[in-house]
Amino acid sequence: MTETKPAAQPAIDVRYVANLARLDLSDAEVNEFQSQLASIVEYFDQIRGLDVESVEPTAHAAVIQNVFREDVIRPSLSRDEALANAPEHRTELFCVPKIME
Amino acid sequence: MAASSTLHTASVSDLLAWLDQGKCTSEEAVSDLLAAIRRRDGTLQGYLDVNEEDALAQAKAADAARAKGDSRRLLGVPVAVKDVLNVKGQPCGCGSRILEGYVAPYDATAIARLRAEGAVFVGRTNMDEFAMGSTTENSAYHPTRNPWNLDCVPGGSSGGSAAVVAADEALAALGSDTGGSIRQPASFCGCVGLKPSYGRISRYGLTAFASSLDQIGPMTKTVRDAALLLQVMAGHDPSDSSSLDAAVPDYLAALKSDLSGVKLGLPREYFVGGVDADVEARVQEAIGVCRKLGAKVVNVSLPHTRYAIGVYYIIATAEASANLARFDGVRYGRRAAGAGDPIELYKRTREEGFGAEVKRRIILGTYVLSSGYHDAYYLRAQKVRTLIRGDFDAAFEQCDAILTPVAPMPAYRIGEKSADPLQMYLGDVFTVPVNLAGLCGMSVPCGFTSGRLPVGLQIMGPALGEEAVLRAGYAYEQATDWRSARPPLPGQS
Repeated sequence: MTETKPAAQPAIDVRYVANLARLDLSDAEVNEFQSQLASIVEYFDQIRGLDVESVEPTAHAAVIQNVFREDVIRPSLSRDEALANAPEHRTELFCVPKIME
Repeated sequence: MAASSTLHTASVSDLLAWLDQGKCTSEEAVSDLLAAIRRRDGTLQGYLDVNEEDALAQAKAADAARAKGDSRRLLGVPVAVKDVLNVKGQPCGCGSRILEGYVAPYDATAIARLRAEGAVFVGRTNMDEFAMGSTTENSAYHPTRNPWNLDCVPGGSSGGSAAVVAADEALAALGSDTGGSIRQPASFCGCVGLKPSYGRISRYGLTAFASSLDQIGPMTKTVRDAALLLQVMAGHDPSDSSSLDAAVPDYLAALKSDLSGVKLGLPREYFVGGVDADVEARVQEAIGVCRKLGAKVVNVSLPHTRYAIGVYYIIATAEASANLARFDGVRYGRRAAGAGDPIELYKRTREEGFGAEVKRRIILGTYVLSSGYHDAYYLRAQKVRTLIRGDFDAAFEQCDAILTPVAPMPAYRIGEKSADPLQMYLGDVFTVPVNLAGLCGMSVPCGFTSGRLPVGLQIMGPALGEEAVLRAGYAYEQATDWRSARPPLPGQS
């Protein structure tokens, strides 16, 4: 097998990964998750003992490819319906905090 | 027919017969069900929300339609729905704070098909947040109790649906099953739970957890009722491109009271110790019953079983981390106050809105997809998934269906495993392979432990092999009487 073994120690840096996932965590959560997730990742490592070099990956249990439909407009939610669940909106728009200075 | 004060104890099929014969009305049935919910659900806490007025209005409309000759297949039958499915005009919170206040703007396809056949939607059932969990303790709202022992979990993630069906607070309910979330709570609570093959029922309107594994299914008092609900919900849907464009067989016609000519496989890797002694004994007794019904029992092998939990939790968390990226406080649901920029908005909204298990899984999934780890974990897991599918392909050349326990243990105490996520994950060992391989599987009650907790027999079938699973489950159910047992609940009539 030529797949490289992840070199980082510890196995998972919870605060770093949480940032990738756009998730704030309290210090207490980081502490709790660090040991829990490290033991789960260690458990995951058992699949690395298996020779899968010549095996094709399965992304989906049912083999369906390239489902097309005619490119025509179909009924969909109205603008009002789509905006109804928004935490903040103005007439036709979702509002977010300012992106640029 | 039963007295009107016991209509809630009926099966769907019983109620349909009585409605058809004019022996009761849907309004009477729904009223009696609502009374049972009022008596018991304060203790059980299986529901998140019950819409009494709306349910009665739907029932009255069904009665009016029946009086005019309407004979749709589920006309006037009350159904409970897991909080993960969109029912137009009702909240759909997925057991999460992040979807507080969200109101479904459309019907999921499964809901639309039940509605088109006249079903009455009574309320939403409790669940582990975003269907992540095996106990329903991860609900952001409250835990649900097991009707057979109020100190025990009902299983999960469809624990609310299982509990209300087992406690006669629902005639039938919908659940969703990504790694056992229909079958395991059905086993823990003593009802029937069917996970159809991947793609058999449209996932449109089911809030996604892991898109290559999720499937909607019925949770019922009898196998016949599961077949009936499957019949209505199954079939291709252009709104879900992963739904299968395959003919839907007559599932009720598949129900036969014997098993002559049927070959049932026992995978040796599922009978290797580590299973609770009472669970093992009940499953072995059930296998004996199937033999007496004429089935030929053969040994099969699923050699990659021991990798299934690792593969499942890599793939399911990877898909979840992508699916749950949509909860960012912009288009729907909760939004953290006072964020200065969009990144801070996302991070704080998600910190406030998600519970601990959802956060753990998002982090795990992000990790196994991240640069440097993708090939070692995610890609490798997809390859082992191929091997697991191959195991089942080979096994189903030797048998029509496979019998196993649903879970290695019966229901356990609330709080017993909540501090150790890995121990909780290991309990899914017998259910996740079915999802990884896209198969169908059903839990059928097969007795009780010495502590009077229900045990489920799992019947697995090949992809689109629901007829074989339903046939085996029905014949077994008819030969036994577990379905007549009722939990000792306060207010039980």
